Amino acid sequence: MGKNKLAIFGLSVLVFFTALAIFAPVIAPYDPTEIVAEDTMGPSTQHWFGTDDYGRDIFSRAVYGARISLTVGLVAVSISISIGVLLGALAGYFGGWTDSLIMRFVDVMLSFPSIFLILTIQAMLTPNIYNVMVVIGITSWMGVARLVRGEYLKIRELSYVEAARAIGCSNKRIIFRHILPNAQAPIIVAATLGMAGAILTESALSFLGMGVQPPMPSWGNMLMDAQAYMRDAPWMAVIPGLLILITVLSLYFIGEGLREKSDVRS
Amino acid sequence: MLEVKNLSTYFKQGDSTVKAVDNVSFSVAKGEILGLVGESGSGKSTIAHSILKLIPASASVSGEIIFENRNLLQLAEPELIKIRGSKISMIFQDPFTSLNPVLTIGEQIAEVLRFHQGMNRQQARDRAIELLETVRIRNSGLRVRDYPHQFSGGMQQRVMIAIALACEPEFLIADEPTTALDVTIQAEILRLIVELKEKFNLGIMYITHNFGIVKNICQRVVVLNKGRVVEEGETGQIFSNPQQAYTQRLIECLRVLTHPPTPSLSKRGGGVLSADGGELL
Repeated sequence: MGKNKLAIFGLSVLVFFTALAIFAPVIAPYDPTEIVAEDTMGPSTQHWFGTDDYGRDIFSRAVYGARISLTVGLVAVSISISIGVLLGALAGYFGGWTDSLIMRFVDVMLSFPSIFLILTIQAMLTPNIYNVMVVIGITSWMGVARLVRGEYLKIRELSYVEAARAIGCSNKRIIFRHILPNAQAPIIVAATLGMAGAILTESALSFLGMGVQPPMPSWGNMLMDAQAYMRDAPWMAVIPGLLILITVLSLYFIGEGLREKSDVRS
Repeated sequence: MLEVKNLSTYFKQGDSTVKAVDNVSFSVAKGEILGLVGESGSGKSTIAHSILKLIPASASVSGEIIFENRNLLQLAEPELIKIRGSKISMIFQDPFTSLNPVLTIGEQIAEVLRFHQGMNRQQARDRAIELLETVRIRNSGLRVRDYPHQFSGGMQQRVMIAIALACEPEFLIADEPTTALDVTIQAEILRLIVELKEKFNLGIMYITHNFGIVKNICQRVVVLNKGRVVEEGETGQIFSNPQQAYTQRLIECLRVLTHPPTPSLSKRGGGVLSADGGELL
């Protein structure tokens, strides 16, 4: 019950942030890259979250930043889920050498320190928002692949899969139409948690200057900008920091809630 | 119509080889129900799975399975896919787990129609409703939208039969289709199978460990033990004059169950067990 309430809270927060992101141009009082004040100013009625070192409105930047962070999270997770489901399904369904090959590849990918891998790829490519999404996606699918493989190993032995083969279903059809819908609950949970991870990674990358490039605002690079002014203008760090915290926490709550629900059913 | 010649299916288990089916031959004619009888592990199900090549690739299968002048064992997977569910169908032991829990009954019947007969969504749906009527499911127009868990065990097995018969196959493999069901439901399902056999002039291979069912519905019997054929013949002949000690023992088990020697047993268990084995139809 408690977790369920938390999940609903998480969902409400996420819906609220998504609405902010979608309607950013309507909601934000100022252009996020425009200099609207003389100097760094604390929160006031004119600038709710204050202004940053260049005199830009932090509320507007935070609202536009939500767009970036949520989009990056969503796209990166879509990529990682697609790769993970495909490879995990092939490994689990066919077994044998297909399984060994794919799972050893997963082991190799997992043994890379992923943040350095991402930084290296980003250093070779031009660091922009599209590369950030793709790079996060292709370095975070391994957990999903393992999870999906496990589900397929379990489900392929069930008799409805045998029955599907007995009526002439091809492997492709069995993999996607008969097994995948039965494995969807844990995949959805993994996607929610994965999105939280992707948002954190994006923030870390932008914080290190290898992610979303200024003047485009993301919660991560807003934090980076705040570094030098921690004493004089703490709100510059607190606002994006809190936003990341709340979003990630909300996603975790949703993930946990879904996990609990799917456990009860099985 | 279906002829099994010298079928052997071996499984490798570590260094040793398990001879699950060893040099088995028999045939099934059109409109005939052949009983395949034996204890657990006698190779009944492996024969069924070998016919449709539903066994793991690691198993070695030799011999011939002749169906429509072709040896099924030599067909490639794309050819087999066209035969499975369309010319040769199979129904399974446990209807509770043989239907996909996330697809509606209608979708599961329609699926086989759509890829074997190229029907569109609407045609397949209409035919699915007809088929549900054929296996006597009431309100079939509404029930096609239900999921398997909304059906009872007996109804689920009827749905499995509807799926198996959807493309009007010539041959049906029934792998202990009543074992997981209540005794009263068993009788209904058996009656349905016999009736549909008459209607579609099907050849049926009926796998069971229950001699009572054999006596009721099969014209001929093949008795298996440890992967080999022990005895084969007309049902009546086998029952009245079993030649092999193993067959005699199996039949004797049935007699003990249906006509228990002690009165206390007959009171408690007799009724149930006789329904299982005795005069069903």
